[in-house]
Amino acid sequence: MDEVFDITVNGVGHTVSCAPDTALLWVLRGDVGLTGTRYGCGAGSCGACTVLLDGEPVHSCDTPMWSLGTRAVVTVEGLGAPGAPHPVQRAILEEQAGQCGYCLSGIVVTAAALVDSGADLDARAIRTALDGHLCRCGAHNRIVRAVARAAGVPDREEGRR
Amino acid sequence: MIQNPSLVANPLVSQWLDFHEPGVVTARTGKVELGQGITTALAQVVADALGVDPHVVAMRPASTAGSPDEGFTAGSMSIPHSGDALRRASATALRLLRARAAELLGCPESDLRVEDGSFHRGSTSVGYWTVAMSTALDVPVDVEGAPGTPRPTSERTSLPRIDLADKVFGRPRFLHDLRLPDMVFGRVVHPPGRGSTLSAVDRSVALGIRGVLAVVVDGSFLGVVADSERTALEAAAALAAAATWSPPRPDLSDATVHRFLRAAPTVDTPIAVDELPADRPDTTRFRATYSRPFIAHASMAPSCAAAVWDAATALKVWSHSQGIYPLRRDIARAVGLPEAAVTVQHVEGAGCYGHNAADDVAYDAALLARAVPGRPVHVTWSRESELSWAPFGAAMVVDLDTSADGSGTITGWRYDAWGNGHSSRPGTLASPSMLAAELQAGGAPVPPSHDPPEAAGWGIGRNGVPAYRVGALSATTHRALEMPVRASALRSLGAHLNVFAIESHLDDMAHHFGVDPLEYRLRHLDDPRARAVLERVAELSDWSTPVRGDSTGRGIGFARYKNKGAWCAVVAELVAESRVELRSLWVAVDVGAVVDHDGVVNQIEGGAIQAASWTLKEQVGFDAGVVTTATWDRYPILTFSEVPAVRVEVLDRPEQPSLGAGEASMGPTAAAIGNALRAAIGVRVRDLPLTAEHVVAAMTD
Repeated sequence: MDEVFDITVNGVGHTVSCAPDTALLWVLRGDVGLTGTRYGCGAGSCGACTVLLDGEPVHSCDTPMWSLGTRAVVTVEGLGAPGAPHPVQRAILEEQAGQCGYCLSGIVVTAAALVDSGADLDARAIRTALDGHLCRCGAHNRIVRAVARAAGVPDREEGRR
Repeated sequence: MIQNPSLVANPLVSQWLDFHEPGVVTARTGKVELGQGITTALAQVVADALGVDPHVVAMRPASTAGSPDEGFTAGSMSIPHSGDALRRASATALRLLRARAAELLGCPESDLRVEDGSFHRGSTSVGYWTVAMSTALDVPVDVEGAPGTPRPTSERTSLPRIDLADKVFGRPRFLHDLRLPDMVFGRVVHPPGRGSTLSAVDRSVALGIRGVLAVVVDGSFLGVVADSERTALEAAAALAAAATWSPPRPDLSDATVHRFLRAAPTVDTPIAVDELPADRPDTTRFRATYSRPFIAHASMAPSCAAAVWDAATALKVWSHSQGIYPLRRDIARAVGLPEAAVTVQHVEGAGCYGHNAADDVAYDAALLARAVPGRPVHVTWSRESELSWAPFGAAMVVDLDTSADGSGTITGWRYDAWGNGHSSRPGTLASPSMLAAELQAGGAPVPPSHDPPEAAGWGIGRNGVPAYRVGALSATTHRALEMPVRASALRSLGAHLNVFAIESHLDDMAHHFGVDPLEYRLRHLDDPRARAVLERVAELSDWSTPVRGDSTGRGIGFARYKNKGAWCAVVAELVAESRVELRSLWVAVDVGAVVDHDGVVNQIEGGAIQAASWTLKEQVGFDAGVVTTATWDRYPILTFSEVPAVRVEVLDRPEQPSLGAGEASMGPTAAAIGNALRAAIGVRVRDLPLTAEHVVAAMTD
């Protein structure tokens, strides 16, 4: 049975009628019409669907609508735009840190939360933070370089030459 | 001169370029963006040849309505074929425009200066676009002579990727994001395993859901169309729960895969047929068997397509296929329309590394869309379908039997390889090769894969013949004629295992004779470009300084892709304790004249990381005919923390023809890792992947 949900996505309110166990991912891509959040596995294993809920990265593919409550949603589209990119978005473009780019939406969201948290970061911590994101093209090292650049830390790591 | 097939099929300048829109060079290619950045590289080619800013070059998305037919985007041939064609077409266009400009300005051509899209004579000038209005471009591309060489890398910068900004800001770019008026959404439900047939399904479980528009049952093809993606998912789940299937063919399990490949009837193809020398008193023989499992494409996005029927007489399909024309051929014959009634438009998908499910889902969309004429149906596969029903990279077994004399010089080399063919691409087999064509009522099983011929660089036998001086050489491939698992092209085809096998074997021979592996290779190599990449990678990795640390090892691998493409050498360094921790890769590569330096580095590094993932972790599992690795948890790939540092050096050869870069690093990376593992633990592991299980098995052998 459908229920009505009032949600806030990138600062804009939406009213959605759907089954309560519908995953947030499909509401974003369908009802809300924001396709930047990607379907990769539907099981929370690849990170492509990552969004922020009240600033925390979560997998939208295994976040049922009933669990959302009043938490505000921010998607990759809400982080920045070509004229005003998030520092992570700018750094990814500067480092040309991608190949196919399908994984980038989720990575941008997680990395933005990481950089914005003000935590003490190094390249190893960035890798660990991105371990929930899969990339098949092999753009990992470029992405780590870009996130390190956005965070203003060196990308060198001990043990890797 | 070898003819460029892209120009043979599409000989006119106007098929490649036009100047209709003022200030814009519209360029067409039949090659498609697979995430590899080819669109950017081709725009660079056109800009260089015409002497214009790359930003004025607009690359048209490939479509059977108007793009040149260039077959498949595969085999690292986009730069050699489409790049060469566009470079020559641009050079021809410039020649024609210059001649016309001289007429318009009333002077000899030699008085004209060409600068940034205009012809100048003294203080007067005329732009390409004005000249083009009265210049016929329906003339053949000049195919004789050198195509012109791009400027050396040092004199220009790489054009930023055309497609990247959309992807970083989450703007619609992928086929998955395509939304058309009246679009509806489909999902398919696949059988539990190959050979399963649909016994019964209660359609009402789906038709009772609000928003469901159609349930399609055709033999064992089962799908649903709904007004939203989430409703289609819900309905597909209901159908899956309501469907009963006959059991799959039980004859495939992890233990039987390689046995099957040797036992099946085969077509044997000799690649080299020398008589091997009889053993002499000082001969040492080296015999070993190497294998790799089936490997999944495992693209980040499940495959996707859209289709719409205009009445029953015309079909339009949107696909991320590698071959829009061959796909059109197979869809047309499967639905019984003339090819001209079917249009296939390419739209980008996620990274594509070979013949994945893109073509399968395109045909699914065509079948589902027939149930709702006039409405475009958008279909995406599930992750589970993608990892269990897309064609896999073919499993293989390689036997090597080699000999060397007392000084260590190689005197004989025998190679035999078993496996399915490496291509079941659409448009190339006796009947349509899309999965649903096999599932439909009366459908024939997808015919066994064929194998690319020598001209295309072989499939099973790709890089089966070493680049080294090996004395007498005998090499034969044995293509299995039964195909219980759909096998097809995955990046580098047989080269992944063949180079792993050759380079592992060579390392063991070097070790036996107490010779440094690099030195042993150089001793058997005459080709200066091969020697150059090996010597360069040795410098980069400081090869001459022994590596220190417990359980730490370093290994080297080399191949010239297809024995006629790019030269690539890799050094790997790893630590092997409870598991293998790959720390660093150094890569030296020679792709001839570099078109897009950053693009080459990105492809070579990405290829090395993907090959490391295959080599260290990946194996499609089977149990009684069912794929057991249908989720990321069961089919793990290399993670951010596991990815090694990678340093790539490109040896620029501006005077040499440009070669493809997409597949060159796969084999050498696998080989370098295998040899580093041997150096770290003193044990040769010959069965991929190099997991703890296979390491332990090799230790007890």
